[in-house]
Amino acid sequence: MSVHRQIAEARAAAVSSIEQADDLESLMALESTLFGKKSQLGSLKRLMAEVNAKERAGVGQALNEAQEIVREAHAVAKERFLSVTRRVQLEAERLDLSESLESTARGHLHLVTQTMERLEDVFVGMGFTVSEGPQAETDWYNFEALNLPAAHPARSMFDTLYLDLGDRTEIGDGEGGEATNILLRTHTSPVQIRVMETSPPPIYTVCPGRVFRRDTADASHMPVFHQIEGLVVDHDISLADLSGTLNEFTAAYFGGSIRSRLRPSYFPFTEPSAEFDITCVICEGDGCQTCQRTGWIELGGCGMVHPNVLGNCGIDSEEWTGFAFGFGIDRLALMRYGIKDLRDMYTNDIRFLRQF
Amino acid sequence: MKVLLSWLREFAPIDGDPQELADHLSDLGMAVEEMRLLDPLDGVVVAKVVDLRRHPEADRIQLVDVEIDDEQLQVCCGAFNMAIGDLIPFATIGTVMPNGMEISQRTMRGEISNGMCCSASELGLGSDRDGIMILPNDLHLGAPLMDQLGLEGDVLWDLEINPNRPDAMSVAGVARDLAARLGLPFAIPKWATAQTDDSGNELATIQIQDGSLCPRFCARVIRGVTVGDSPLWMQMRLTLLGMRPINSVVDVSNYVMLELGTPNHTYDLSLVPRGHIGVRRAQEGETIVTLDNQERELAPGDGLIVDHADQPIGIAGVMGGASTEISSSTDAVLLELASWEPESIARTSQRLGIRSEASARFERGTDWDINSLAVERFCYLLNEVSPGGVEVVGQVIDAEGILPDRISVPVRTSRISTLLGRAFGADEIRSLLEPIGFVVEQTDDVNVQSVTVPSFRPDTETETDVAEEIARHYGYGKLGSTVPRSPEAGHLTPQQKLRRVVRQVMVGAGVAEAMPNPFIAPDEIAKASLQIDDPIRLLNPLAVEESVLRPSLLPGLLTAMSYNYSHRNRGVGLFETGVVFEISADDAPLPAEHEHLAVLLGGRDAFAAISLMETLASALHLQFELSNSDDLPGIHPTRGARISVGRLEVGVVGEVDPGVLERYEIDERCGWLDIRLDLITDAAVAAGDVSYQQVSSYPSSDVDLAFLVNDGVQASTIEDTLRKAAGEELQGLALFDVFRGDQLEGSSRSLAFSLRLQAADRTLTDEEVGVVRQRCIDAVESLHPATLR
Repeated sequence: MSVHRQIAEARAAAVSSIEQADDLESLMALESTLFGKKSQLGSLKRLMAEVNAKERAGVGQALNEAQEIVREAHAVAKERFLSVTRRVQLEAERLDLSESLESTARGHLHLVTQTMERLEDVFVGMGFTVSEGPQAETDWYNFEALNLPAAHPARSMFDTLYLDLGDRTEIGDGEGGEATNILLRTHTSPVQIRVMETSPPPIYTVCPGRVFRRDTADASHMPVFHQIEGLVVDHDISLADLSGTLNEFTAAYFGGSIRSRLRPSYFPFTEPSAEFDITCVICEGDGCQTCQRTGWIELGGCGMVHPNVLGNCGIDSEEWTGFAFGFGIDRLALMRYGIKDLRDMYTNDIRFLRQF
Repeated sequence: MKVLLSWLREFAPIDGDPQELADHLSDLGMAVEEMRLLDPLDGVVVAKVVDLRRHPEADRIQLVDVEIDDEQLQVCCGAFNMAIGDLIPFATIGTVMPNGMEISQRTMRGEISNGMCCSASELGLGSDRDGIMILPNDLHLGAPLMDQLGLEGDVLWDLEINPNRPDAMSVAGVARDLAARLGLPFAIPKWATAQTDDSGNELATIQIQDGSLCPRFCARVIRGVTVGDSPLWMQMRLTLLGMRPINSVVDVSNYVMLELGTPNHTYDLSLVPRGHIGVRRAQEGETIVTLDNQERELAPGDGLIVDHADQPIGIAGVMGGASTEISSSTDAVLLELASWEPESIARTSQRLGIRSEASARFERGTDWDINSLAVERFCYLLNEVSPGGVEVVGQVIDAEGILPDRISVPVRTSRISTLLGRAFGADEIRSLLEPIGFVVEQTDDVNVQSVTVPSFRPDTETETDVAEEIARHYGYGKLGSTVPRSPEAGHLTPQQKLRRVVRQVMVGAGVAEAMPNPFIAPDEIAKASLQIDDPIRLLNPLAVEESVLRPSLLPGLLTAMSYNYSHRNRGVGLFETGVVFEISADDAPLPAEHEHLAVLLGGRDAFAAISLMETLASALHLQFELSNSDDLPGIHPTRGARISVGRLEVGVVGEVDPGVLERYEIDERCGWLDIRLDLITDAAVAAGDVSYQQVSSYPSSDVDLAFLVNDGVQASTIEDTLRKAAGEELQGLALFDVFRGDQLEGSSRSLAFSLRLQAADRTLTDEEVGVVRQRCIDAVESLHPATLR
């Protein structure tokens, strides 16, 4: 039998034994008979010495080819068995993913916080910083510096909660040596005063925060609520600047179709003063129940910072002018989600909190 | 302030679309809160009652025959207040009433009813629903009611008037402003009443003892007064403007107040001894019985009307005294038309709790200049409405206190233009201000106008105030709209950014943000086992349950948790970032305010809180150190620890005291983390950016060490020792197993730590790892009551 014939037979026998293997184990058991030194093809290799030099190259090549074919057949068979095994294993791991028992729910930011952060973001985008200050304040910062001396009738607009601090109620830094009362701030305007006292103009800042009024809680009032106020003091700041800034804010916060307008009003700390209305966000100006068919809803108050207020903070009102504005945050949150009762925001019912 | 179009028209020829007029009013700063086009009441006519009969089958209704023109109709009516011959409003068949009901022919208990006799309330003309409205006798039978009342096509606006607009608290003042906007002429008629007697001036004397209290007091004696009903047209106007008709004298008084903004008062002259009226401030301890028969205690500074013997007979501008009250037997009346110091009226009316239409006007400041004209108006009207007329005696008695100066304000056109953001010229300023009563004169300086303020605008004192008037009448909306730009970019402070990071960590950990009330009840301090003796109290709380400023976030979150448990929502995690208050440690008057982050984890133990704390530490790149502590207020006595950053104590962590949970009716353990947000964000900012460590490319080795450690020693202490002993090759250190069991001696437990060692510049040899391992063992065993297991 020629060497080539022997090689062909050995190859065929090897491939046949591979094909006959039933599983991975018997296939692996074949490895030494197929590839070892004692394998048929291996023993043929040893015959190479007996082949004459002229044929040696041809025989060597045939041997290599045969070995390659066997390896290939073995690899294919192995892969086939492995994939079957893996499939069986994977099948055994099958899950109904809807059987999940435990879940880590995401937490929630309070609606007021979300609204406050959105407002801050809009104003930061417009070049403002965010200022904060104490919630308990002196008469001076909450009222007097804001052009509301003790006898000012407009003080009744702010039903104020005062603190009982014993002896300290009457001491303190009431400017000009006056006795001073400590109260819970009725607006975030005292923060404006503190900013003006400490930082020279130009000033572009907003003051968000918690404020307090002596109001019995009902669907639209809470004794504790939140406001954001804005303050700009710079050269040649005008009422037209106030109007433009509020327009830009309104478009950025509420969307392009919502506009703002100013109406004359009165606040002791601003002159001229204005109410700040926006297009009704419910009907977009067509008139509905929310806006009492006017197409507008009142958002807040604003105006040019009163020269007395600038003066109280040591700012020369001839050199600098400014505007301020302010509005409630809670009501914005209510409006956005159609919440009917302000008190719902403060029961801390998880069924409420987790909706946002 | 409500105004009626027909009434405004008595001062200026105002006309046009009611909605457009409303828009102008709002744009002038008198926001229209409600606009009502008076119902034309088509089909409601004047009818005469010609017969009244019992209904044969019913007691509560009667049969009424009414006459309209020549027609006579029977109706059934539930009211019994009319008499034969009375004129009444009658809704004919087919009339649609203001409430939408259509009148049809009906049969009531067998009797036909051909229409309806109407009450004022049913017609939307008042609140009186008790009886049928009785009309004056001079109306035309069968004529449309609204036409006969002069209210056809009339419009009622309810305006919100700002405190700086005393002038707009009157029909005339609103008319002046609106006429100016519309470019219409405005005039207050010169009412005058023929004097019947010039001799009686000595009947009354006015003596102002305190001129700052009362700048001007006008008075007049009117004789022959009979107190009766005022005419329907007057009653209608008063009713529509929100006042209840009382009698002719009171109605005229209110009418003049609404029309001219001048509250006034009438005395029965015969009850004012010698007709002498004095004006002074009250002294300590004085009292007076007011019109409502209440004895009032007066405070020093209250304005008083006193008689010749210096005894109080009225509280100035707030309420008259009972002793001089008008009655049906009054013949001679002394009319008071005075102005008062606004602050005094505000104080007195607030203290006594007497707020009225009059005090609302005096508080804003009334126009002292119009007082004598208002006297004329009063006399004119009282003469008109009294069937026999009245006898107006002598001249107006005019006493002056300290009259406010007429203010002239120098106004720079350049300043106005800067403030308003639009260039205004002198002529334009004049044309905007003069129609509302300001006098504008050019000064020698071409840039400066001298603007004299009218007496009815006491609020206007400065150039800026004048700027507002210019802007208001020009129109805020027409000024243009520009956006100034900050020279610096907008930004949050590092602390503000970190506060947001902290909140997001909480959200990521599945915790929901709550906003509990910062006011708590006094007993909540004990309920939450907070050891605080002197929490800050409110001086004027709304309720005792909300009378203390929270010294901790614990009570609020427990209340919120308790609410959720009581609604069968268990296992809730809540957090809050908020301020707590305490008396300042130094002498500062303001309380100390510290911002905290607190987390309450329902149904979770202390380790859940620790795990959250670790996440937070990692987010802020801070190292929190723990020390177990048995004495933390409100915290589980054996499951609590203090947290510190370096040597700074920043908070507490653990579980809530079971006794506290019981009092809040929470029947599961609750993990608790309370940390000073202000301190940790400051610490994180101070720490600066993290310092980058290049990741080693050499293999690492792990060493596991288990020690038997006495329970008295914190695991974290062992951890610290290991960390120090292991040295710079330590890459990771974790406690991975804690075991307690009977086979372990005494009060010890096994703590198993895993250490990962790695060098930056080489592969550690087995010997090197062995050296570190031994160093760690030696350190722990020598420094603590601990042995290697």
